[in-house]
Order: sequence, then C-alpha cells, then structure tokens
Amino acid sequence: MQFFRYLLFILIILLGCSANPLLAATPRIAVASNFAHAMKSLAAQYKKESGQEIVLAFGSTGKHYAQIYHGAPFDAFFAADVRHPRLLEEKGIGIQGSRFTYAIGQLALWSASKGFVDDAGRVLQQGGFRHLAIANPKLAPYGLAARQVLQGRQLFTTLESRLIFGENISQTYQFIASGNAELGFVAWPQLKRPNHTIQGSYWLVPQNLYTPIEQQALLLTDNRVARDFIHFVQSPVGQKIILAHGYTLAKK
Amino acid sequence: MLTESDITALWITLQLAGLTTLILLLFGTPLAWYLAHSRFRFKVIIDALVALPLVLPPTVLGFYLLILLGPRGPVGELFLSFGGEAPAFRFSGLVIGSVLYSLPFVVQPLRDSFAAQGRRLSEAAATLRATPLDRFFTVSVPLARHGFLTATVLGFAHTVGEFGVVLMIGGNIPGKTQVLSIAIYDHVESLEYSQAHWLAGGLLVLSFLLLLAVYSVNRRFSPGHS
Repeated sequence: MQFFRYLLFILIILLGCSANPLLAATPRIAVASNFAHAMKSLAAQYKKESGQEIVLAFGSTGKHYAQIYHGAPFDAFFAADVRHPRLLEEKGIGIQGSRFTYAIGQLALWSASKGFVDDAGRVLQQGGFRHLAIANPKLAPYGLAARQVLQGRQLFTTLESRLIFGENISQTYQFIASGNAELGFVAWPQLKRPNHTIQGSYWLVPQNLYTPIEQQALLLTDNRVARDFIHFVQSPVGQKIILAHGYTLAKK
Repeated sequence: MLTESDITALWITLQLAGLTTLILLLFGTPLAWYLAHSRFRFKVIIDALVALPLVLPPTVLGFYLLILLGPRGPVGELFLSFGGEAPAFRFSGLVIGSVLYSLPFVVQPLRDSFAAQGRRLSEAAATLRATPLDRFFTVSVPLARHGFLTATVLGFAHTVGEFGVVLMIGGNIPGKTQVLSIAIYDHVESLEYSQAHWLAGGLLVLSFLLLLAVYSVNRRFSPGHS
C-alpha cells in the first residue's frame, strides 16, 4: 500500500497548485496556422507600442470554426479563408460588419534540392520526380490553389497518381523539406520568412493562375484591446509586417 | 530553449494527467471489480462500452465532446442551468475528455487482475468474519497491486500523450488549455523545429524518469524482495 500513499501524495501536491492565472484578462485570438509567424511579429510589435499582451492560439481554420461556434472564448478570429468567418457572421456570431481581408496568400512551387525547380514551373511538364506534394484541396485553400494551377496546365490527371496530400500546408512543407517528396506546392510565406534564407529552388506562382487566397478576420467580442489590435493590423506599421512575411494586401 | 508558455504547458499537462489518473482510479476500481465478478448476463455490454474510446479517432471523439460540452450542447446546458459554466475550453473540459479517453487503459488492467485472483482468498477471509469492504481493501487490492501499477502508469502516460481530444475540446489556449503535446505541435506547425525538438526530447526524458521511478518503487514493494 506504500505505493498508493506515494501516489496520493504526488496527486495532492499537483492539485494544490492551480494553472497560471496571469493570462486571464488579455484578449485571445484564434489564428490560422499559416499566419503564425506574421502574427507573432504583429503581436510583438503591438506589445512594444501599447504594452498590451495578446494570447494567440494557432490551429486549422475548420477546427477554430467549430470551436467558436460552440462557444470558445476567443475575441477575434484570423482565418485562412473567407468562407469560415463569413459563415460565423451569417449565423450572427461575432461583431457584425467587422469582417475584413487582412492578407492574401501566395503560392510557391518548391523543392529542397537546388536547381530542381525552374522559374517558370516547367519541371511540372518535364517530370523527373516521383512525388508532388500539395495540401488537401478539400481542406486547405493552398491545396485548392495548387490544383487550379495543375488543372490550368492540363496536368492534374497526368500527375494525379504522383500527388501526395498533406493534411494542411505545414505537413505539405514537411513532406518536401524532409525530401520525401521531390517538390510540392507550399505557401510562399513559409519560404519567405524574415531572417531566413530559402533552401533549395522555387517558383513563385503568378497570382493570375489561381483564385486569390484571401484570408479574412472577424472580431468576435467587444474586447477593447482586440479591437485596438485589429486597427493596428490595418495600420501602415502592421501592413508592412504582413508584407514582409510574404503576403500581399487587398486593394483598397 | 523552453519559453515560459512551454513550462506552463508542461505544468497543465502534469495536473491534467494526475487528476485524470486519480479520478479513473477512484471510479474505475469499483467498475473493474464489478466487471470482474458480476454474473449479470448483459455485463458484456458494459465491457464493450468501456473499450469504445479505443475505437473512435481522438479528433472525432473530441468533436462529439465539443458538441456535448459546449454551451449549445446538452451537457453544457445542464452546467449552465445550475449556474456553472460549460466545460468546453476549460480545464474541466480537458479532464472530462481525458477521463473518457483513458478509461479503458485503467479499467481493463484492473478488471483482469481482479478476475485473475479468483474468489478463494476473499472467501477464506469471509469465514474469518471480514466484512466485504474489509476483504476488498485487505485482500483484493493488495493482491491486485500490479494491476494498479499498470493502470496508473498507462492512465497517466496515455493522458500525457493525448492530442486530438484535448486540441478539440480545449481550443489550444496558451496558459489555460494548451498541453505539452499541443505546444510541440504548435512549434512544428510554425516551423520552429528546434524548439519542438527540445520540448519533445524533454517530454521523453521526463516520462522515462517517471516510469523508471514508478517501476523501481514497485520492485521494492514486490513480495520476495527485501
């Protein structure tokens, strides 16, 4: 029985201490994973200017949508697409009329090997690879865009047997970075990170070859700091940070 | 190396796994006893129900828990009507999810070790006028201590390692519902591989030490070992 006494002792100590309460009053923002880096820079700069802390929760937009619909305590939602924040707004969730496009994603064809991808994507026709990684077109906007590029070149059916699908754009990146896929379509912001030199070779796909990957945000509560932060995101300083991370902006 | 939010995630994980294991031992023990000894014809149904969390993928289980426990769900509404808060996206929601998810890992080893000892010793104690409760605590539980050890280790370890359920029901809120496994996933997702490696490596070392400690304590208390 000695063992149980030890166990009980450990458990009582654990229960005696409760979770860190210091993060309670600050706003919480649900952010699409692909925007994580940019958002961290934005939040850091905002903290420098206003002294306000912001809690960021990263995840897939589909999951965030389900969570917000079921009452998750987020003050704002930065989605990877237009559809999910619009659906929430249509259901009367969030602050009506607060929805806006905060960034437009760009697609890139990338290989971890040097000289593999040329600057016009001719490698797609030429072949010489076993696997081409794209994000699942059903789940991820970048996957949809990748499929549109392939379809535009009449290559989708030819290459279909060689496609491997990442659950999201980060997994797709990992397939390629680890060399398991010789090349694939990733988000340009994953490659173009500040203080990071791009390894391998890439083609920044012209934006007229696929439907724009618009990313929208929605304010969910009347939290003063969250509102102020959204103003900051739209300010010249905020926009500069977003551009530096490889996104483009909506035309005013 | 480790940021403050990583440490907080570690702390939340330990609390969650500890509390989940304690609850499962408290409620799983009588259930396991019942499953081992009852002659009720339909107890196979309960056996099947206990094993059911193994079937559903964690994110699916998490999704249904989200529907049940959120403020729009039946269980969430019940909490609200008693003046409480819906458990989704709170620590309590994590605990409910983890208890369900780790249930078979605690109940099954206990049930098997209760069943393996049979009834003879307990019946012998009964002839010495030990009450049923007495017999349970002085005969059955000590005999089942290896079952308890396995149940505790599996329940704790399985909760530390869980991901899908807590991601869905907790909402990955740093400082509140972000556990270690999700913190690692977050680092991987944002391509912070070195931080992910540190955290994952730390988790492995910590878990190994914890298991080592438990197993060596168990060895000391084994019969035939002085």
